[in-house]
Amino acid sequence: MKWLLRIFLAVLVLVIAGFAWWLFGQHHAALPAATRTAAKLQEPALIARGAYLATVGDCAACHTAQGGKRYAGGRALPTPFGDVPAPNLTPDDATGLGQWSFDAFWRALHEGVGRDGHALYPAFPYTSYTHVNRDDALALFAYLKSLPPVRNASAAPSLRFPYDLRASLATWRGLYFRPGAFVPDPKQSDAWNRGAYLVQGLGHCNECHVARDNLGGQPRGEALTGGQIPAQNWYAPDLSTHAHGGLQGWSADDIVALLKTGQSSRGAAFGPMADVVVQSTQHLRDADLRAIAVYLQSLPPRPAPAQPGMQLDPTASLARGVTLYEKQCASCHGKDGHGVGGVYPPVAGNPSVTEPTGINAIRIVLLGGFAPTTAAHPRPYSMPPFAQQLNDADVAAVVTYIRHAWGNNASAVMERDVAIYRHTPVE
Amino acid sequence: MNVRTPLLLAAASFALSLALRAHAADAPSVPDTLKQRIAACTACHGEHGQGTPESGFFPRLAGKPAGYLARQIKNFQDGLRKYAPMEYTVRGLSSNYMHEIAGYFAAQQVPYERSPVPAVSAEALHRGEVLATHGDPARKLPACAACHGSTLTGVEPDIPGLVGLPYDYISAQLGSWRTHTRAMVAPDCMATIANRLGEADITAVSAWLATREVPADAHAQPPGSVTPPLACGVLGAKETTR
Repeated sequence: MKWLLRIFLAVLVLVIAGFAWWLFGQHHAALPAATRTAAKLQEPALIARGAYLATVGDCAACHTAQGGKRYAGGRALPTPFGDVPAPNLTPDDATGLGQWSFDAFWRALHEGVGRDGHALYPAFPYTSYTHVNRDDALALFAYLKSLPPVRNASAAPSLRFPYDLRASLATWRGLYFRPGAFVPDPKQSDAWNRGAYLVQGLGHCNECHVARDNLGGQPRGEALTGGQIPAQNWYAPDLSTHAHGGLQGWSADDIVALLKTGQSSRGAAFGPMADVVVQSTQHLRDADLRAIAVYLQSLPPRPAPAQPGMQLDPTASLARGVTLYEKQCASCHGKDGHGVGGVYPPVAGNPSVTEPTGINAIRIVLLGGFAPTTAAHPRPYSMPPFAQQLNDADVAAVVTYIRHAWGNNASAVMERDVAIYRHTPVE
Repeated sequence: MNVRTPLLLAAASFALSLALRAHAADAPSVPDTLKQRIAACTACHGEHGQGTPESGFFPRLAGKPAGYLARQIKNFQDGLRKYAPMEYTVRGLSSNYMHEIAGYFAAQQVPYERSPVPAVSAEALHRGEVLATHGDPARKLPACAACHGSTLTGVEPDIPGLVGLPYDYISAQLGSWRTHTRAMVAPDCMATIANRLGEADITAVSAWLATREVPADAHAQPPGSVTPPLACGVLGAKETTR
C-alpha cells in the first residue's frame, strides 16, 4: 500500500506544481536579436558609469571563472538545489550578450527572464536587481557591450529533481518574486535614499544577509537580519547597528572603514565578504559608502534573542579554552581580546565571533587567512590556520571561550559542529 | 586657584598617560615585518620555508626561484593548482604582495635535510638516472637536466631545482600533473612529460632524484643557461593550439 500512497503523493505534487505554473508562470516571448549596437551605447561617459555600476554590483565575482577571463562566465554558484553556472556577459555573438538588445537585458535584470523567454534561476539575484533603475541598467549594458568579446559557452545548470523542472521555477517565482522598482522615501535624506538604492539593488546585500527558507526564498520583512549562506556555510551577520543588531554599536565610520579597507576597529572582513571588499566595495566612491552606512544605521533594533548565552554547562570547555587562547591567540588578539588596531581584529565584541551559529569563528580558527588586500592595506597581516594543530574538541573549546569572554555572550559550540565545518569545501 | 590649575592639569594628564600606557601594555607589540605578516604561510611551510622534509607534506619553499614561487601562488589563485587550503589562503593577494612573499622565501637559506626514500631496485635507480640525465628520445622524453639545469638545482627565475626534494613530493607532483590537480599556463610542458611517463618511471626518477647529494652550491643557475626542448607557457612560449 505504501507504494500507492507514494504515487498518489507524487501525482498530487505534480498537479499542484502544474497548477502553480499555470497560475503564476508569467509567459514571456523570445526577443529578437539585436542587429546593431546603438550609438548611444558607445558614449564613453555612459560606459564609464556602467563600469562603476558593474563594480558596485560585483558582477565579475560570479560571472568570472576561477582564473578565467573577466565577465566571460563559467563560475558555478553552489546552491542547496544544485550548481548554477553564471553565463558569459561579454558581447560574443554565440555565447555571450552579443545578440542581446537593451530591452532583453532590461527584462533579465528587472524581471529575471532570459532573451529566449525562459525564466532565469534566482542564483542570478534579480530579486534585488529588479530595484535597479532603467538609466543605470543602460549604463551597465553599455559597459558590458564595450568589453572584448570572449567565446565561452556556459554549462547548463545541474539542479536536482524536482528543482530542474520549469514548473518548480515558475512556482518559486510566484511565491517569492514580484518585479519592483526602488521608490525613494521623501521623508529621508538623499544619502539615505542613495544608500537604500545601492543596498537593496545592485549591492544585492540581502541575497546573503538574510536567512533563506527551505525553498531558498527570502522571507519578506526580514531584510538584512542575517543568516547562514546556503551551501557556502558562512554566516552573513545581521546588519542593524542598534540593540541586538549584528553590528550593534558600529558607527558610520566603522561601516565605511570595513567596506573601504577591509578592516574596522570592530572587526575585519573574511570569507565571501573579503572577496566583496577586494573586488567591489573598496572601489566605491566615499559618498556612496557613506550613503550605505547612513542607510544601514537606519535599520531598526532587533528583538532580543529568545535564549541568550550558554545553552549548557561549558565550565570544563571554558577552562581548556582559556589555556588554548592564551597559548595560541593572545599574542596577536591580546589577553583582553582587543586585538591591535589596523593589524589584528578584536575578538571582544566582534560580531563575527558572536554571530548566532559560531560557524564563522570555527572556520576562521581552522582556515586562518589574510585580511583583505586593499589600497589601504596592500600588505595585510594574516592568521595561521589551526586545522592541523588543533583537534575538533580544542577548536570547540577555544571558540566557546571567545564567545563567552570579555562580555561576549553567545552560545557554546560543540565538537560535532567543528567536525562538520572542518570538512566544508572552501570554494 | 590660578597656580593650582596647571598643576592639576599636569597631574591629570600624567594619570591619563599612565592609564593609556597600561592599556598599550595589554596590546601585543607587533613587529612591522613581512615575516610577521605571513604567519598564514609560515604556520605550515615553516618560518624559513623549510617545509616538512620528514613527511614531504608541506613543501619546502626556501631558496626556490622567486619567479617560480610567485607563479605557484598565482596558479593556486587561478585554480590551475588544486589544494583548497592554499586556494583559500591566497585568493585575495595582489600581484605585488605575491611577489614580495615569493621573494621572502626565495631568499631563505636553509640546509637540505634527507628524506626517506622507499626501497627500490638498483635497476630502477639506474632507470631514474637515465631519465633524469638523458631522457628517453624514443618516447620524446627530454632529460630533467635539459630544463632544470645540469646540476638539477633549477634555473633563475622560473625553473625550480629537483635535488634535495623528498621522494613523496616529487612523485606526488608528477602524479598531480596526470590527475589535473597541478597545471601551468599552456602549453603545459610538464603535463606533457608527466603523461608520457609510466608509473614505474615516476617511481624511478623520483627515487633517483631524492637520493642525490645536494651540491655545495644549491642555488639555481643563472637565467638563460638552458634551452628548453619543449614549448613551455611558463617560459614565455605561446599557446599554439586551442
